[in-house]
Amino acid sequence: MTPVERPLSPFLIYKPQLTSVLSFSNRAAGVALAVGTIFLVWWLVAAATGERAFATAQWFFGSWLGLLLLLGWTLAFFFHLLNGVRHLFWDVGMGFDLRTTYASGWAVVAGSFALTVLAFAAGVAMRG
Amino acid sequence: MARQSLRSPLGRAIGLGSAKHGADHWWAQRVSAVALILLGLWFAASLIAHAGADHGAVVAWLRNPITAILMLLLVATTFYHAALGLQVVIEDYVHSEWLKVSSLVAMWLISMGLAVAGIFAVLRIAFGG
Repeated sequence: MTPVERPLSPFLIYKPQLTSVLSFSNRAAGVALAVGTIFLVWWLVAAATGERAFATAQWFFGSWLGLLLLLGWTLAFFFHLLNGVRHLFWDVGMGFDLRTTYASGWAVVAGSFALTVLAFAAGVAMRG
Repeated sequence: MARQSLRSPLGRAIGLGSAKHGADHWWAQRVSAVALILLGLWFAASLIAHAGADHGAVVAWLRNPITAILMLLLVATTFYHAALGLQVVIEDYVHSEWLKVSSLVAMWLISMGLAVAGIFAVLRIAFGG
């Protein structure tokens, strides 16, 4: 007896596509940024507390772990921002056809990496 | 012929119509997103400008009224937007009812608590406490 052909969940039958990968990544980046807000509050509270507390926070953000986190959040920030703008265009009914969707998707990917590199280069330059 | 109704029998029995708030979450997410485009870019540029700055320089920057106002708006909008987003993630992926509701309550309380902590820190610096 042949087994019953049951329907499969979409993530089991679809190949990864730019559209679906970016859709999920937007959510993942949002969650990562939400975690980052805890560190933003730490930084502000440390600045309000005093020189010593602020020095501890600055030391952490300057450590390899801190810099790695900042790099990740910078990429997540620019990606979520650019892809969010892409979503806002969809929300007003623009850019829905497949060609534009793919073009805007690749533009978001390229823009996110470019702005991340630019932001980090500028930060390093400012730090001297 | 009886008048056709688009309402479900249950909806008619309970008698509670649309609360007209169906799109509120969606709309709040978009409005806060638009605000965060500007506030976020301002904050990113400010962080770059203050890379490696010492305590005195950062405090002096936050004491500026424009900086303080923008920072308050940033903190408030960020946590509002984040909580709205996390709410959808929890609603989508947490299927056990009690775990979903308790996660939502915990997430909103933590988000609002962190927001107030951030806002208080900015005010304390701005008013020179």
